Amino acid sequence: MAIKRIESPLPGVIYLSPAPGEPVFKAPGDSVAAGDTLALVEVMKSYMPVEAEEAGIFRGYLVESETVLEPGEPLCEIEV
Amino acid sequence: MAPIRKLLIANRGEIAVRIQRAARGLGIGTVQVVSEADRDMLAARMADEVIVLGPPAASKSYLAVDRLLDALRDSGADAVHPGYGFLSENADFARAVTAMGRIFVGPDADTIERMGDKVNARQAAIAAGVPVVPGSEGRIEGLEQALSLAGEIGYPVMVKAAAGGGGRGIRVSHTAGELAAAIPTAMAEARAGFGDPGLYLEAYVEKARHIEVQILGDGEDVIHLHERECSLQRRRQKVWEEAPAAMLDPGLRAELCASAVRLSRAVRYRGAGTMEYLYDPKRQAFYFIEMNTRIQVEHPVTEMVTGVDLVREMLLIAGGGKLSMTQEDVRCTGHAIEVRINAENPARNFLPNPGHIETLRVPEGPGVRFDGGIYPGYRVPPFYDSLLGKLIVAGDSREQAFDRLAAALESLEIGPIATTAALHRALVQEPDMRAGAVSTRWLEDWLEGPGVAVIAEGRRDPVA
Repeated sequence: MAIKRIESPLPGVIYLSPAPGEPVFKAPGDSVAAGDTLALVEVMKSYMPVEAEEAGIFRGYLVESETVLEPGEPLCEIEV
Repeated sequence: MAPIRKLLIANRGEIAVRIQRAARGLGIGTVQVVSEADRDMLAARMADEVIVLGPPAASKSYLAVDRLLDALRDSGADAVHPGYGFLSENADFARAVTAMGRIFVGPDADTIERMGDKVNARQAAIAAGVPVVPGSEGRIEGLEQALSLAGEIGYPVMVKAAAGGGGRGIRVSHTAGELAAAIPTAMAEARAGFGDPGLYLEAYVEKARHIEVQILGDGEDVIHLHERECSLQRRRQKVWEEAPAAMLDPGLRAELCASAVRLSRAVRYRGAGTMEYLYDPKRQAFYFIEMNTRIQVEHPVTEMVTGVDLVREMLLIAGGGKLSMTQEDVRCTGHAIEVRINAENPARNFLPNPGHIETLRVPEGPGVRFDGGIYPGYRVPPFYDSLLGKLIVAGDSREQAFDRLAAALESLEIGPIATTAALHRALVQEPDMRAGAVSTRWLEDWLEGPGVAVIAEGRRDPVA
C-alpha cells in the first residue's frame, strides 16, 4: 500500500463538499474509484471537479474548505 | 450637481483601466479600490490612491457594499463609477451612495430597479410602443384560439407548458396542421409533467440574432449611438461583437434605434444604457428583451464607429452636464469588431487558465485598439472572470475590418498562458463569419462540429 498525495490541477478556491452545508465528498476510510470527485476548485467563476485518477482508500483532506491552492499544492491523500 | 473632482472606481480589470483613462482625460483624480489579490493590477498602478477592500472573494471585496461605502467616505471621493458586473446594477448600492451625498455614475436607483426587472421592463416597452416577442398574453384556452393567434403571429410558433420552466415542454410548430396535432399532446404532457395542462403560445425565432442599441441620456434628452450585433455567444457569454449590425435593412435599423430612444425617453434615462433585442431574420422583426443600465463590455465598437467617448460622457452627465451632442451630431462611420481575449484554453473546452503573463505584445496601427488590464510580469488571479482584454479594430467597411482583425490577431502575443486569441484566429477565417451568416447558436454548433480541430490546427499559443 502506498500513500498518494492528490494535488489541485488548477489554481483556485477549493471546496470539499458539493454545496454549503452538505457533507464532504469523501471521509477517511471511504473507498475511492477512479473518476470519483474529491473536491471542486473554483477558478475564474467556473467550478471544476478534482477527480481521482486511481482507486484506493481515502485517507483525509490536507486543507480546509475555501482554501486557496496553487497547482502542485497537496489537497488530500489516498491509499492506493 | 457639480462636476466630479475625485472618482472612486468600484471595479477591476480592463474596465477599471478604461475608467481611469476617461477620468484622467477630464482632469479627475482617481481612487482605485482593490481586493487583496488585486494590489498589482494595472488600474491600481495607474490610480492616484489605492484602497484595499478585503480578501480576494468578491463577496468580501467588490460586492461588499459597507466596505465600499467606507472607502468612499474615507477617500473623500465625490463619485463612484461601478463599471459593469459587480454592483453596477445594484439599486441598493446606488441609493446608499446617493444618500451619502455622493454621485453614482449611472441612472438613479429607481430606474435601475424598474428597468432591471424583466417583467417591469417588458411592460415599459409595451407602453412605449416597443415590440416584444408576440404571443398569448396569458394561457391559451383551446385549439381554436391557438390556431387563430398563430395565424396572426405567423409560423413558426412554439407552445410551452405554463407551469414549466426553462426549455421543458416546448414544442415548435411550422404549420397550422402541426400546431393542431401538437396542442392535445402538449396539454397532456403538461398535465402529466406539471399537473397543469395550461399552455402559452409565442412566436418561435429561428436563427435568432442578438442586436442591441446604445443610448445616452441626461435625464431629459436621450440619443442613440446606433446598434451593435453580438450574436456570437458561448454559454450565453458574448465573445465577438460588431457595430453596426451590418445585416439589418437600413429602414429597420432606423426603426430599431428610434424604439430604443422612445423607451429610454419614457423612463427619463440618465447615463449610458443598452437596450437588448432579439432579431428574427425570417419575420424581419426585432423584439425587446431587456435593458442594461450600465456601460457594457462591448462599448468600444460603438466608440470606434461614432467617435464618441462613452465613459467620458457618462462622467460628464453624472457631474450634472447635459448631453454634449444632438442626435444629428452622431454619425456611424465604417465598421468595428471587438473580440474578447479571455484566459481560457479554447482547445481544451475553454478551461480557465490564470497565471503569469510573461510576454505581451499588443498590435498597433490605424483602426486598432486594445483595452486591457494586463502587463508583462502580471499574474492573472483565479478569483474573477477570465477577461484579460479586448482587441478592437475598425475599417471603412466590414471586409476591411475583418482583414485588419486578422492582421492584428497575428501580431497579438500573450504568453505563456492560453487565451481565446486562438479561437478568434480561427473565426476570422470562417466563411460564415465573413458572410455574417450567424445566429446566437452558430458558435456552439461550430465548436461541436469542426471548430475545435480548426482551432488546434491554427494555434500558435503555447500549450499550457
